[in-house]
Amino acid sequence: MKFTLSWLKEHLETSASLTEITDALTMVGLELEGVEDRAKGLKTFVTAKVVEAKPHPNADRLRVCTVDPGNGETVELVCGAPNARTGMVGVFAPGGSYIPGTGITLKPTEIRGVTSNGMLLSEREMGISEEHDGIVDLDPATPIGKPAVDVMGLNDPIIDIAITPNRGDCLGVRGVARDLAAAGLGTLKPLANGPVPGAFKSSIDVKLDFDADHASACPYFVGRLIKGVANGESPAWLKEKLLSIGLRPISALVDITNLMTFDLNRPLHVFDADKVSGDLHVRLSKSGETLLALNDKEYTLDDEMTVIADDNGAEALGGVMGGEVSGVTAETVNVFVESAFFDPIRTAMTGRKLNLLSDARYRFERGIDPAFLETGMEVATRLILDLCGGEPSELVIAGTNPIQGRVIAFRPARVHGLTGIKISNDEILRILTLLGFEVSGSGETWDVTVPSWRSDIEMEACLVEEVARISGFDNIPATPLPRDTVLPTPALSEIQKRRIIARRTLAARGLTEAVTYSFMGEAEAALFADVPDSIRIANPISSELSVMRPTALANLIQAAGRNAARGFSDADLFEVGPQYAGDLPEDQTIAAVGIRTGNTAPKHWSHAVTPVDAYLAKADCEAVLGALGAPVDKLQVFTDVAAYYHPGRAGELRLGPKNTLARFGEINPRVLAALDVKGPVVAFEIFPDAVPMPKAKTAARARLTLSALQPLERDFAFVVDTDVPAAKVVQAARGAEKTLIEDIRVFDVFEGPSLGEGRKSLAITVVLQPTEKTLTDEDIEAVSQKIVVAVEKATGGVLRG
Amino acid sequence: METPEQLRDILLKEAADADTLDALEALRVSALGKKGRITDLMKGLGQMDPDARKAAGQALNALKDEVAAAIDAKKTTLADADLDRRLMTEKIDVTLPSSPQADGYVHPISQTIDEIIAIFGEMGFTVAEGPDIEDDWHNFTALNIPPDHPARQEHDTFYLPGEHGERKVLRTHTSPTQIRTMTAHKPPIRIVVPGRTYRSDYDATHSPMFHQIEGLVIDKTSHMGHLKGCLIEFCRAFFEVDDLPVRFRPSYFPFTEPSAEVDIGCTREGGGLRIGHGDDWLEILGSGMVNPNVLRNCGIDPEEYQGFAFGMGIERVAMLKYGIPDLRTFYESDLRWLRHYGFRSLEVPGMVGGLVR
Repeated sequence: MKFTLSWLKEHLETSASLTEITDALTMVGLELEGVEDRAKGLKTFVTAKVVEAKPHPNADRLRVCTVDPGNGETVELVCGAPNARTGMVGVFAPGGSYIPGTGITLKPTEIRGVTSNGMLLSEREMGISEEHDGIVDLDPATPIGKPAVDVMGLNDPIIDIAITPNRGDCLGVRGVARDLAAAGLGTLKPLANGPVPGAFKSSIDVKLDFDADHASACPYFVGRLIKGVANGESPAWLKEKLLSIGLRPISALVDITNLMTFDLNRPLHVFDADKVSGDLHVRLSKSGETLLALNDKEYTLDDEMTVIADDNGAEALGGVMGGEVSGVTAETVNVFVESAFFDPIRTAMTGRKLNLLSDARYRFERGIDPAFLETGMEVATRLILDLCGGEPSELVIAGTNPIQGRVIAFRPARVHGLTGIKISNDEILRILTLLGFEVSGSGETWDVTVPSWRSDIEMEACLVEEVARISGFDNIPATPLPRDTVLPTPALSEIQKRRIIARRTLAARGLTEAVTYSFMGEAEAALFADVPDSIRIANPISSELSVMRPTALANLIQAAGRNAARGFSDADLFEVGPQYAGDLPEDQTIAAVGIRTGNTAPKHWSHAVTPVDAYLAKADCEAVLGALGAPVDKLQVFTDVAAYYHPGRAGELRLGPKNTLARFGEINPRVLAALDVKGPVVAFEIFPDAVPMPKAKTAARARLTLSALQPLERDFAFVVDTDVPAAKVVQAARGAEKTLIEDIRVFDVFEGPSLGEGRKSLAITVVLQPTEKTLTDEDIEAVSQKIVVAVEKATGGVLRG
Repeated sequence: METPEQLRDILLKEAADADTLDALEALRVSALGKKGRITDLMKGLGQMDPDARKAAGQALNALKDEVAAAIDAKKTTLADADLDRRLMTEKIDVTLPSSPQADGYVHPISQTIDEIIAIFGEMGFTVAEGPDIEDDWHNFTALNIPPDHPARQEHDTFYLPGEHGERKVLRTHTSPTQIRTMTAHKPPIRIVVPGRTYRSDYDATHSPMFHQIEGLVIDKTSHMGHLKGCLIEFCRAFFEVDDLPVRFRPSYFPFTEPSAEVDIGCTREGGGLRIGHGDDWLEILGSGMVNPNVLRNCGIDPEEYQGFAFGMGIERVAMLKYGIPDLRTFYESDLRWLRHYGFRSLEVPGMVGGLVR
């Protein structure tokens, strides 16, 4: 919302400075967006008379002008403007001036043999518009030697403020002035709004044609016929005003409606009465009905929009835009002026459905003052009579103001209760009154009548806000939040802490955390899961972001591809974030997923380069699960894995047959090919929430018993079929003796011709921890025998000789 | 046969001359061994009279000790020299680079969330979470944003089809978790809600997904003064500027009444942006007293309970604090960016050890 300082002062009697005003605007909730000082850099330019303009002796298109800049000394300059002529008053830039439009500092020059001192400027050269057809051509009566910015109305800063959706009343300058007056910046000037007597009865009548269910669409309509107007150009003051806020002057009648919109927040429409056939009927549109609007576009309406129609059909879209057919032109003589109230919601819906934004719609959908229809009409009539002449009819009034004096029960003590501000009841009363509220009653609860222009005020809390914002939020005392306990209780739940532990464990293991979008491309998602319709976005921003991700893996793999394309092929990335199986809250789960690509480490003198493998991803899973308190040694590895993994190089870590805590393995090369990423890529998916909660909530550890006896190690190598999993050997060995075996490690896996086709050797170290006495050779031999027997029985293998 | 004195001189010289441990050992055997030269002299003691034997015995013992000590000393010297020689052959090039450990990093969004939680945790807030896929009621209606409200249009919502004709939305803010918390728990409530949020907007300063953190305090007495105290403390702690100017100015949100936007002081003098005292303000938070309609929608009596809510963009405050210039880079997973703006795993923010290393 833009206005100039002088425009504001038409409504606000104030001695406040520009800065005081702009600071106050922000602090009452009308946030300052900017101040444009159009006079900046133009202060040296003065009005000057062209005493004589004669042809240049050496150039056809140039003139030599003798210019009087009002300081008693005429200067001679060369000017190329076609409109330069004797007697005109223009804008003179003396030598040495900086010309904003050209970026040049003037120096005395000689142009084709004639010395030129200074310059007569166009608007473009002044930097105030694109106008460059000729030099600025002021009213010949303009006094000379005056600062051009004063004469041209440029010494009037433009203030731009942001209006929140609730403050429709401040979409007119007067509303802004009212807030500032309440905030102590001055006083609101009275509005000249007396009725203009009607000379005759309007020949056009207005009917509100709605059934009871739709009467709210347009409950109130004020019209007036004005005969014999002349719709010429607006006077300079009006044109300047509109230009200052970026509006293009069109004709006096149109300019008046724009002025009413931006000055008093009273959008109007003016019909050419001679193009209206019969009376005006305000009604709902008919499905398929069309309207050629003032913006030259044709709109097809449904049956829920408000139109103003005559015998020929819809002539205007109520609250949104007038129609081209019945619009005013330069030839218009008789006009019918509309000042109506349209339902905010219906207006908004109409504009949205038609994708049609207008200054009127913007205001109607935020709520127009329903008590200002007649007054607004009188102000507009006065303007039309002043600028266009004519003779007004009596008012045509249909319906009544739908919103009559809403009263809110208000406890002034709630101002302190809700804001902490210490403020007297007298001050509360003063603020509310200045804002236009009427207060009656006294004591604990007041009856406060809401002014007609404040449709946003719904309840007591709204009145508290009014008092607080005008009193000033700086008066709210910063108060420490009381604590229930001296020491805070933990902010994070066990489950929430797991995410942080998973994240920091993975970062400690050399992986780098990424945050990728929760959505992804449908084709990519399909590589990982069957995507249910419920997580397909109806209005995606692009096809690459069209479904909710079933796993973040695809995003990470693609990210690795992008990094490889930049020359970083060893990307170890992870993400701890959501994945989606459906659209219900329980369908969203948290996973810590990661990938490792390329080699485990860059080429280095100290070690051979090794590509990443599934065991690295398995180690990541075990490290995180261990950090989360999962019983890692009790996890079983299952090899029935999802199809996006390599079928022979992946596994799931489960606690029992059903509870999957993690997955790991190489990504299937088919998936990599589809994502256009070079392998190998190994991945893991860890589900922190699947880790069982500790049974007893105690910080105490189990009792530690330390043996005084040294542990000892025995190695065994078994020759087994190649498809015998190592876990089976280890499990059998562990089961062979319940008390002595402390640990079992696989230290060698070997396949070779010496073992025969389809055989491999698996070597394990068994750590024995004596508990009561040092083991004798016989004891050790007995345990060894048990281990050998158990493994041979379980695997069909033999102890390697 | 030599006298003990002669033998002493010979043996000490031989010990001094021995140039290997082996030679020294041979000397030890030839002097002190069972058939050694000193032992031989000892054998002669038997033929002496008692007094002479005593004197000669003492002298021989002294000789024995002296020679043994000389041999030991020489042995140590030779062993040292041997070790020195061996060590010199074991020399490595210590200028060779060490074997690199892969460095991992925590994303600045995660780190910033951890920092914010550390501060609010200290003020007695706990962390609440809610789903990203929401229904209209939680995301809008319950928050006092009716279907036809202009504010709803400004949210640029992503929609999902929904199972039973009722469409779902990707939450446009973390505020629906306020509703989920208030409908599930009785006051007093003091929560912060970090999470992903979504708006259908993509340009230099907008991402279709971003993060917010939301705060909610509901009890019988908390008012805007508490809101102000709480957020001023937060801003100063987060940006680590003790006297950071914080400004509250009236604004509008459908779910709060009164509503305030919160600005922090800054200056752009000298080109860069600096948080702190200065001539300018930066908006970083939206806040206000929870609208009585919202309380009522959650089954909480606004005559009995009141409180405040606030929300801010995680990326925005991270950008301001850590000088990250471009929003979109947060989600690009560019390793160079992640390593530059990321945090080490042990840099865990806390109010005891400080937010930032």
